[in-house]
Amino acid sequence: MIQTNTYAPSAARTNGKLLLSGLHSVVNRPWVVSLAIFVAFLSIWQALTSTGGGETSVDPEYAKLMGQAVGVTTGSSIPGPMAVARRAMELGSRAFDSSNPNNLGIFWHLYYSLGRVFLGYALAVVVAVPLGFGIGLMPWLYQALNPFIQVLKPISPLAWMPLALYGLKDSATAAIFIIFICSLWPLLINTAAGAAGVRQDWLNVAKVLGLKTSTKVLRIVFPAAVPMILTGMRISIGIAWFVIVAAEMVVGQNGIGYFIWNEWNNLQLSSMIVAIGLIGIIGFVLDQALAWVGQKLSFKE
Amino acid sequence: METFLSLNKVSMTFGERTKFHALDSISLSVERGEFVSLIGHSGCGKSTLLNLIAGLYRPSAGLISCEGQQILGPGPDRGVVFQNHSLLPWMTCHDNILLGVSQVFAARLDKGAMRRKVDQALDLVHLGHAANKYPHEISGGMKQRVGIARALAIEPRVLLLDEPFGALDALTRASLQDELIKIVEQTRSTVVMVTHDVDEAIFLSDRVVMMTNGPAAKIGEVLEVDIPRPRDRLEMTTTSAYAECRRRLLEFLYLKQAVVRH
Repeated sequence: MIQTNTYAPSAARTNGKLLLSGLHSVVNRPWVVSLAIFVAFLSIWQALTSTGGGETSVDPEYAKLMGQAVGVTTGSSIPGPMAVARRAMELGSRAFDSSNPNNLGIFWHLYYSLGRVFLGYALAVVVAVPLGFGIGLMPWLYQALNPFIQVLKPISPLAWMPLALYGLKDSATAAIFIIFICSLWPLLINTAAGAAGVRQDWLNVAKVLGLKTSTKVLRIVFPAAVPMILTGMRISIGIAWFVIVAAEMVVGQNGIGYFIWNEWNNLQLSSMIVAIGLIGIIGFVLDQALAWVGQKLSFKE
Repeated sequence: METFLSLNKVSMTFGERTKFHALDSISLSVERGEFVSLIGHSGCGKSTLLNLIAGLYRPSAGLISCEGQQILGPGPDRGVVFQNHSLLPWMTCHDNILLGVSQVFAARLDKGAMRRKVDQALDLVHLGHAANKYPHEISGGMKQRVGIARALAIEPRVLLLDEPFGALDALTRASLQDELIKIVEQTRSTVVMVTHDVDEAIFLSDRVVMMTNGPAAKIGEVLEVDIPRPRDRLEMTTTSAYAECRRRLLEFLYLKQAVVRH
């Protein structure tokens, strides 16, 4: 009795210590948790897809037949991680192939998508930054334009698509227009907020030094607004990368959105999953790149 | 001595509908080369008064003039040092000062001469070595010294200091006060300073203007600091004149204008 009584608390203490030290090492190394989650995700994926002999159903013709004939898509028809990895290697090996325009390498699809995003986005920056600046500095202009901004802003960029196709008569230009229109609003609103929200202290400096308006705008208001402008640019590139996939599903002859839709029509599920992963990675890189630029260009306090 | 800066029955009311009466009929004249401090409890409107002289606000009533000219807005003839330094974080110390210098002297001086003026101002506050540093790279005390250099570099007729050392620790504050007193003697500047530090006011000022609590703050009393210059921080504290000044200021602030807490 006595022995167990003295033993038990110390064991509990040791267990507690172990638990604590385990927790401590995890807190210090969060990537361990990330890795564990990734491994768990792959295992669950593998377990769920391997049950019905899923990998045999990669044959698109067969799958299409099965899908249409039975009208039921079982979980097993989703490819497992190994099948997707194999497919990724295949797509990677002919990524730069442009010999057959109807079967471009995945690099070219990404190239077209990114090209459209950058064109539409650059146009939006060129329009929105000066306009946002004007709105931010001139309250009357803000009040005059605000009703239009508020009504145009909530329109889904894809709602413009048919009109853009009809008006611009060219699907690639229409896609660029869609990117332009969806990038415009966050840029415009953030730039305006940045220009309007310059710290009163800094404006007082401009006043007491008697700075000319042009000097004030260039040397004080603009640098003060840079962090907000870059936040707008970061939000916009994210939205643009979102929207291009959907836009290309509708209008595309190429591009990553078109690729996904095309592979869906071929029931090439592995390709779709590879493309989905690529979209995520590229979106992440775009976001981090702009975050880095933002950090470089913003002032430090 | 002639009146250099004069405030004649200046009142200030803020707000359109719900009016706040901050200052009520303030009259004050400052002589050339004089150092005047405004002291009072927080919220008494002493900073408002300084901003009125700076021209950042327009008085609701009354007249402010400098060398006989009415003050209608801010201008580089009055150098302002703000409480929180207000250096522009995206410019080096040198460029922060150059911004004002090139605004004021561009018509008269070439670029080299303007850069020399900036260097002189930095040397005055012993910060020649920090010219190419950014504000985030230097300490709070150094930032405030750059702020003073920026205000002095444009060669203003009046130097306006808004609690310039309020955000600093006691030791840094004392050394900056010593520095300021030397600079003022060197440049023979006319200074109006807002402070809530009794010792700082006595040490630096020729006159201390005591303000009553707001709203509708007035000038309560004016104290002539009859301590000969150059002043020494330690020696000064042993004199009876110092003790008397201190007693009068404390009596005003903590007896006559005691803040009633609800």
